[in-house]
Amino acid sequence: MPQTLRFHLNDRLIEDERAQPTTTLLAYLREQLHLTGTKEGCAEGDCGACSVVVLDAEAAGGPTYRAINACLVLLPMVQGRRVYTVEGLRQDGALHPVQEAMVRELGSQCGYCTPGVVMSLFEACYRRDLREPWQLDDQLCGNLCRCTGYRPIRDAARSVAASCPQDSFHARLAAPADSIAFTRESAGRIYATPTSFTELWSHLAAHPQARLICGGTDLSLLITKRFQDLPELVSLEGLADLRGISRITDGFAGWRIGATTNLAELEAACLADLAAYTPLLRMLRYFASRQIKNRATVGGNLCNASPIGDLAPVLISLGAVAELRSAAGSRRVALDEFFLAYRKTALQAGEILAAIELPELPANARVAAYKVSKRRELDISTVAAGCYVELDAADRVAQIRLAYGGMAATPARARNLEAALLGRSWSLAQVEAALPALAHDFRPLDDLRGSAWYRGLLAENLIRGFVLETQHEARPNLSQRPSATVHLEVVP
Amino acid sequence: MTLHQPSHHESAHGHVSGAARYVDDLPRPPGLLVGLPVGSPIACGRLLAVGRAAALALPGVHAVLLASDIPGHNRIGPIVHDEPLLADGPLHAVGQLVALVVGESLAVCRAAAQKLEISVEEAPPILSIADAIAASSYLGTPHRMRRGDVEAALASAALRLDGELRSGGQDHFYLETQAALAIPGEDGSLEIQSSTQHPSEIQSAAAEILACDRSRIVVQVPRMGGGFGGKESQATHFAVLAALAARALARPVKVWLNRDQDMQMTGKRHPFWSRYRAGFTADGRITALEVFIFADGGWSIDLTPAILDRALFHLDNSYYIPNLAFEGRAVRTNTASNTAFRGFGGPQGMLVIEDAMSRAAERLGIDPAELRRRNYYGPDAEGAAAVILPEGPLEPAVLPLLRQRRLTPYYQDIDDCRLPRIHAELLRDADYAARRAEIDAFNARSPLVKRGLGFMPIKFGISFTNSVLNQAGALVLVYTDGSVQLNHGGTEMGQGLHSKMLAICAHELGVREPQIRVMPTATDKVPNTSATAASSGSDLNGAAVQLACAEIRERLRPLAAELIGASDPARVCFAEGRVFEPGGRETSFAELTRAAWARRIALSATGYYATPGIVYDREAGRGKPFHYFAYGAALTEVEVSGLTGEHRVLRVDILHDVGHSLLPSIDRGQIEGGYIQGLGWLTSEELVWDRRGQLLTHGPSTYKIPAVGDAPEDFRVALLTSAAQDSVVHGSKAVGEPPLMLAISVIAALRHAIAGFGASGLTSGLASGLASGLEPHLAIPCTPEAILRGIEDMRTRARAQIISAAE
Repeated sequence: MPQTLRFHLNDRLIEDERAQPTTTLLAYLREQLHLTGTKEGCAEGDCGACSVVVLDAEAAGGPTYRAINACLVLLPMVQGRRVYTVEGLRQDGALHPVQEAMVRELGSQCGYCTPGVVMSLFEACYRRDLREPWQLDDQLCGNLCRCTGYRPIRDAARSVAASCPQDSFHARLAAPADSIAFTRESAGRIYATPTSFTELWSHLAAHPQARLICGGTDLSLLITKRFQDLPELVSLEGLADLRGISRITDGFAGWRIGATTNLAELEAACLADLAAYTPLLRMLRYFASRQIKNRATVGGNLCNASPIGDLAPVLISLGAVAELRSAAGSRRVALDEFFLAYRKTALQAGEILAAIELPELPANARVAAYKVSKRRELDISTVAAGCYVELDAADRVAQIRLAYGGMAATPARARNLEAALLGRSWSLAQVEAALPALAHDFRPLDDLRGSAWYRGLLAENLIRGFVLETQHEARPNLSQRPSATVHLEVVP
Repeated sequence: MTLHQPSHHESAHGHVSGAARYVDDLPRPPGLLVGLPVGSPIACGRLLAVGRAAALALPGVHAVLLASDIPGHNRIGPIVHDEPLLADGPLHAVGQLVALVVGESLAVCRAAAQKLEISVEEAPPILSIADAIAASSYLGTPHRMRRGDVEAALASAALRLDGELRSGGQDHFYLETQAALAIPGEDGSLEIQSSTQHPSEIQSAAAEILACDRSRIVVQVPRMGGGFGGKESQATHFAVLAALAARALARPVKVWLNRDQDMQMTGKRHPFWSRYRAGFTADGRITALEVFIFADGGWSIDLTPAILDRALFHLDNSYYIPNLAFEGRAVRTNTASNTAFRGFGGPQGMLVIEDAMSRAAERLGIDPAELRRRNYYGPDAEGAAAVILPEGPLEPAVLPLLRQRRLTPYYQDIDDCRLPRIHAELLRDADYAARRAEIDAFNARSPLVKRGLGFMPIKFGISFTNSVLNQAGALVLVYTDGSVQLNHGGTEMGQGLHSKMLAICAHELGVREPQIRVMPTATDKVPNTSATAASSGSDLNGAAVQLACAEIRERLRPLAAELIGASDPARVCFAEGRVFEPGGRETSFAELTRAAWARRIALSATGYYATPGIVYDREAGRGKPFHYFAYGAALTEVEVSGLTGEHRVLRVDILHDVGHSLLPSIDRGQIEGGYIQGLGWLTSEELVWDRRGQLLTHGPSTYKIPAVGDAPEDFRVALLTSAAQDSVVHGSKAVGEPPLMLAISVIAALRHAIAGFGASGLTSGLASGLASGLEPHLAIPCTPEAILRGIEDMRTRARAQIISAAE
């Protein structure tokens, strides 16, 4: 078992036997390696000043560079990987094209966010899936800049995005990947990245208190914000079987999304194989930042069971089923029964979420998803909703699932409203008549993200929006730059 | 980098390659310790005792410093020394500095801070302006301005408005948090590296806290990762803490705040509460304005009086007001001491009159841009007969200026109002009339999504309103290879000041940019400097740099003429590193400096500049506080959702007056960045405290500054042409603050959109009658929730109006 931390930084091999596994990559870069180009702006993954790039050799569409928040990455997460920082982009003394673009467009003023912006642009430069204009804003929304007002950064981004220069970085994408397996164990402490389920189950048996980790975009906050020690961590990153999206043919027709599939991969799939599931893409459009999506996983977002986790409402509305696995075998639980209480799930000790199964969408289904937050990008939901309705031949509601985030202690369905709508015809008038039932579903909170009044009205208005949006279109998409989560270009 | 030509930022290569160093990036000196400030856990009460034994017992902890460890005078503050550096009894805010834990790592310091036994006696805090007024909790004295007779004018006004307006605070959210490093030297000397806009203030504060001469202290600023006013007075505390610890332990000490500490411990833009009464003629000319404004200063004076002054100076924005009565007061509350923030009270003042202008337009049914135009300073387009004079006896001395509508509320003469020209050019180029009509047509057919177009002009006074601060120095050193070190008193926080100084220096000496090195700002190069603030950095320092460089050039000129055999020294040109006579011989600047050394001619010079002719009598509320005014105007288009209250800024057009721009690309960056920062203040940035005075929004996960998608895709910025400003360096104008206020146009745009909801209900079940003359009610910041409240309120009142009309 490899005990030594080993990774490539700017193409130089770093080997370290002593570094604490719970050290963040950011702290290691600045304090141990004296590479101070990468900055700490917030230590919570919300500003992007710490962005670095990692080569993801196992990505679904082939090896790719991914910008990530170094403040939330623990050292073993880069085991066997190639990491690049802003100091590593010059080649033979010459600026990289993304750096040149930032100089030319005056994309830097105070310069403190700039290294992070440069690394985001570096990812954008080599991305092969950057096609839509909205993807460029999404690429950059995790990089806060307080000086420029973004126009010059956007111009720089446009000039380099998907340009894929045939340079040494491009060549490096084809470099053979090293193993990411890692185990560091001592009295009462463990950080392990097992590569087989046998190893995983034995670690979990030996360390029943261990926390499961994968992307670390949420759990690492305990270290960076609350200064907690996390002595026992077992990572699921090394289990290839848990990652990826595949078609299911046995049992029922649909798709299987591995729990450690990251949100960037899920988003890419939503533009290809999963294109029918338009609500998923709508939700992912305004879901964290590119850096977070590059690390955060489907399973992590569900298992942390936050009432404002944004995948839950949309997956519940789509009728998703969770596959839970343990040493004893596996079982299936409907996702709307997975969330038991505030931050509590149906997972038993020694059990992991292995995958989510999405049933095929029937032709008569009308679907959408919504998210309202104070800021459109990289913000936490005030209210989110996943909406699904099947209409019978007479356009009456035959099946309905309306799932909300931000309205209760868990992501939850509006069962009373669903019951009130079942069998009614699908029109705004019928929805208006049924809406009073929603008052029996939720008693929303007042907090810094919104008042109870606002949440209550949003919960209603999102359903009004849903019925209006789906009057003439079964699976409406968002436009490139929508002004609101409910997208009504057409006058009802 | 050529004067008046587009240019990149002087540090751009360092920025994009990670080589640009900030305080926390400096190589760590041997023996470095770190200091962790510990703040008050309560908003109001008394500090009884701090037990530090348990903390000191932890391995790696070197000291816990308290007020009693301060050798000098434990009082700091930029205007009045009313703040203890470390609490010595009364506690006034959560996060007020109580102790500094010094140890070998931040982790050790954090553990030690947990072990501090801080005993306090808690009292109920004052957490709002209303509570402060009720408790007569004030800071400083009121500031008043008066002219004419407001009551008489209101009595005869065709339209009378009563208004109340609140604006919230704003965290600076500079990406680089507060940081300082103090390194002890010999003979009691101390070098401080600080991320500050005001190194001289740190020097003087450190000297007082340490009871030593200022000459012992050198403060240097490598560069800042953003300032925006947040490092004008409030970098001082942390730098002086580092100095205190470095002196106490005879070791280098770094104090760096993480984001949460920075947001909890440092002050913000002042929240304001205002009440006003305004009178207008039927054709939309303002006749009277009475305003009471209250600024929430937080717990100490800091820069509050000057911020309150600037708010009053901008209550008129761009408009001539015949009768007026302004009164401003600052209140003391138990929150972090509020401080300078880009605009410095100006934005809060302008909000008031812009609110009145918007409402008057809505009530009178006049186009809001046209109504504003009718009120600009300067001769009335309708002729002298249309001019409204103040009620009551008129002072003969100023009567001619009143007749030309040129007198501000503080009696400064506006002799060059550029707004009529800016107004006409912007509205023409942005196609205002057609777009307004298009939007109204769109709104009429779209019940759930509305658009709005908002216009506003600005006039912003340039100078420190405390006149003595309007001075600056420079020190230019020329070496015998022709290379130059440029020192000036201003600090670089990203605004491009160093780039502009470089361009001025290159122009004056006739050398190329790579020959010049702009040195880190340091108190041992230029002494007794003012803060880099009030948008004045390039005006003041630029003039000083120009003078210093000209001094050296003129010393060299006779020698140059001799070297190249020029007939007349006046014909010698200095350009691009060459020294030549047109059509004659030439030499290089480097050759010339070598020759000068051999001739024993001094190759260094200082430059010193003081702005002439500014004076203000605060008691009388009269004077000429500003050297000149910066003008501009903006047009903002928004789209608003009637279901969620979300909005998007679709397009922004700005025409701004920067005089003859020193570096147009840099100025454009200031305009765009300022606008977006103002947009954040007015829309998404919301500070929330709990009932005990604890800030709940202390990181970017809860405090939302604009992200890339909040910037308009269509963002058109133009600089006013042929606009050179007299008696400012190279005809330029200040640009740092004014553009922030252009963002107030978003409020006018949102009001326009919300008014559209008065015409159609959600369910479209209502009569199609158009509600009219209804003013939207919109709270600031205009978050989605605030906007949806405004929409719901508008729908409710419109329904009521339509129903009552039907009955």
